Amino acid sequence: MLYSIGKDSSVLLHLARKAFHPGSIPFPLLHIDTTWKFKEMIEFRDRICAELGLDLLVHTNLEGLAAQINPFDHGSQTYTDIMKTDALKQALTRGNHDAAFGGARRDEERSRAKERIFSFRDSNHRWDPKNQRPELWNLYNGKVSDGESIRVFPISNWTELDVWHYIHLENIEIVPLYLAAPRPIVEREQNLIMVDDARFPLRPKEQPRTRSVRFRTLGCYPLSGAIESIASTVPEVIQEMLLDRHSERQGRIIDHDQLASMEEKKREGYF
Amino acid sequence: MFESDPLIESDIDAYLDQRVRKDLVRFITCGSVDDGKSTLIGRLLHDSQLIADDHLETLKTDSQRRTGTDDIDLSLVTDGLKAEREQGITIDVAYQYFSTRHRNFIIADTPGHEQYTRNMATGASTADLAVILIDARKGVVQQTRRHSYLAALLGVKHIVIAVNKMDLVDYSEQRYLEIVAEYTEYSANLNIESLEYIPLSALQGDNVVESSEVMPWFVGPTLIDYLNAVEVAVPISTNEFRLPVQLVLRSGADFRGYAGSITSGQIHRGDRVTVLPSGVSSTVQRIVTFDGDLDMASAGDAIAVTLGDEIDMSRGDLLVKEGENVELDTSIAATIIWMADKPLDLGEQLILQSHNGTANVRVDTVRYLLDVNTGQKAKATALQLNEIAECSISADRKLLFESYESNRAGGSFILINRISNSTVAAGMIAGPLSPWDQAPKDSLEVQDSEIGALERQLRYRQRPCTVLLTGLTGAGKSSIATALERCLFDRGNSTVRLDGENVRLGISKDLGFTAVDRSENLRRVAEIAHLMNSQGLIAIAALLAPQAEARARARQLVGADQWVEVFLDTPLSVCRSRDTTGLYEAADRGDIEEFPGVSATYEAPEDADLRLDTSDMTVDRCVEVIVTLLKEKGFIHE
Repeated sequence: MLYSIGKDSSVLLHLARKAFHPGSIPFPLLHIDTTWKFKEMIEFRDRICAELGLDLLVHTNLEGLAAQINPFDHGSQTYTDIMKTDALKQALTRGNHDAAFGGARRDEERSRAKERIFSFRDSNHRWDPKNQRPELWNLYNGKVSDGESIRVFPISNWTELDVWHYIHLENIEIVPLYLAAPRPIVEREQNLIMVDDARFPLRPKEQPRTRSVRFRTLGCYPLSGAIESIASTVPEVIQEMLLDRHSERQGRIIDHDQLASMEEKKREGYF
Repeated sequence: MFESDPLIESDIDAYLDQRVRKDLVRFITCGSVDDGKSTLIGRLLHDSQLIADDHLETLKTDSQRRTGTDDIDLSLVTDGLKAEREQGITIDVAYQYFSTRHRNFIIADTPGHEQYTRNMATGASTADLAVILIDARKGVVQQTRRHSYLAALLGVKHIVIAVNKMDLVDYSEQRYLEIVAEYTEYSANLNIESLEYIPLSALQGDNVVESSEVMPWFVGPTLIDYLNAVEVAVPISTNEFRLPVQLVLRSGADFRGYAGSITSGQIHRGDRVTVLPSGVSSTVQRIVTFDGDLDMASAGDAIAVTLGDEIDMSRGDLLVKEGENVELDTSIAATIIWMADKPLDLGEQLILQSHNGTANVRVDTVRYLLDVNTGQKAKATALQLNEIAECSISADRKLLFESYESNRAGGSFILINRISNSTVAAGMIAGPLSPWDQAPKDSLEVQDSEIGALERQLRYRQRPCTVLLTGLTGAGKSSIATALERCLFDRGNSTVRLDGENVRLGISKDLGFTAVDRSENLRRVAEIAHLMNSQGLIAIAALLAPQAEARARARQLVGADQWVEVFLDTPLSVCRSRDTTGLYEAADRGDIEEFPGVSATYEAPEDADLRLDTSDMTVDRCVEVIVTLLKEKGFIHE
């Protein structure tokens, strides 16, 4: 199971625990660690996996690491290509995994509206939208040849609201970054970026300011835009999310935020 | 994802509590862009205030650019797909999500014409409901029939006929009623559980979300009111319990649970259950879930059950309530939709995947192609992309199954190509393969005779044929058959008489009197008659043969040119009065079930070669008429 530590991954993990209860989850979790994730994410990951006794695989693109590829010097695209997409392909190929669960949803983006629940990938992990398997009823064709694989998206038909609502109902633990709290923030090109560690290269006169923010999506901290918020509980986040859509100004930032995260996911090879 | 509800702002907890109780309705929209489908979906979302403000702004700008007016072009709401179509990406089914205060909805939108059958079948396979658009100006067109046929074939329970573009026919009630009448007549032959008609204008917003002020004559619900209210849940009590076992769960030394999702019915702790195909029974000890044990679970629940006895059960087995059963057979009759570019290769090895596991199968015969436009059946031997056919399929092991009509989960399957691993077909099971359709084993060969048909004709001075005497009990079948045999014998002909009662004393002594058994009895008699004909003899079969389909198959088996069907059309009252053995009275009391004329239908032949009313004809006279016919047809000499 591809485990990104995000809210969708948390829901997926919860569903897997339910599905195999009282047995244990019979597959490992795979986290692609770019080394630029929020500290709180890594802490959360290690604690949850230890508490639940999960088999966690962590993969980092060591060649990329050796070349010191980072989001500041190499631009977000090159960085994500090398540290995320390549890393994921390396890990899946080395593990010889014939199936990988992911938490992607059809409502995330228009182009995903036609994605399958069982999505076939060729030996290069590529998705060919022109050549998908018909998917009728809930009969899923998981047959592959050597080297090929299936990405399985169990929560394909969930909406973002479904995910949040389920987290609330089932009391699923999520990384606290999803809830508003005072955090050290710098503002760049209308994006609110959190200064998570000393690697953040501050520009001249740039000073982190403490602002009450939360994150709608989590990834590498230099690439994750925060939004100003006082929503410190899950219901408040849901409320803010539903009401924000009325506001044009907020909407734009959210859209921007969402687009950025979609781009990341695409490159991550989720598609 | 977007919702409009004042509770969101005033009391988010109350809103979330309420949202838990919302159910999910999945529907498919059928129609082309010309019918206003995109506009209808856009209107549905717009008038339900489900389009975010910023999206609305973009729409206004786009609409202005395209049309030069301030009106919003609602067809652009779902327009994200158009760009992809231009890029050449095949869009088979696109899913849209929206919610009202009452329900959550998933729309399966299937654009495109070329791949329509495959796409619509995919969308319809998970739909509770189909919205079929009709352009009020055009009425019921071929496309309407195609959509309706496919929706009915896939078993979509509710169909809404959205008569759109009412604004272009001056909101005419008369025009609307014409279309309703036209569609009602057409759809009478389709298996549709519920049918609703709504006159609307997606463009003007009439009867989509808001009631129309210009169509006061229409008193039915708006489309959204209908969608919010329609009953889609299947009453649990009417279904039998089925749990296809997906996984044997183990935990610790003692726990052994059988996990899966219940596909129909319900189960209580303590219920007696049977494992299929082994047939071993036990008692449900625990119904285990992550959230604690349950006393009862029903369709849709994902559970693990533990049983009171140690039973050998594995993935692909089926758990049912004791006393209930499903079919277990190596051959099935099914309707399949071919979805691959490469046509079906008869006899090629395929993988059949269903909820009850996988098996190696092959399609032995394609019997009929179903024309989605007309609903007609046509004889066929091949099957190509987007064609639908009734087929016979045989497997290398026994399959657990039910008919699609009685249980969707137990009656649906996909076929997978063994080399490419791609899904090449979707199928719906009709039932076990009728013995009429079963293919003989491959290894068998015909052992030819040295004596030719012509030699036999010269020897016996006759051409062989089979005379079927069909009619109700008491119509005189046996008497006429015996007299006919005597007459032909005296004339020097060579015959064999196959009386329904006689065959039941021997070759058919294992059969009862149900419709299925009567059909099988006729099949055996037809096979014997066929053998006798091939030996040059004239066969006289006296058999009730109440089913038109079975008689047609017998005619086909024997050969239409050798088949003489004589319908003894005697009034039921006369037949009853002749009955000395008390069969009718026994049937009246219910002692005999499925008795034609009393508790089962006798389907009178419409194309019989002779129709004889024995209430005013003597046996000799009947024989005379039959003999005359046999002479005319050249089977016997003058």
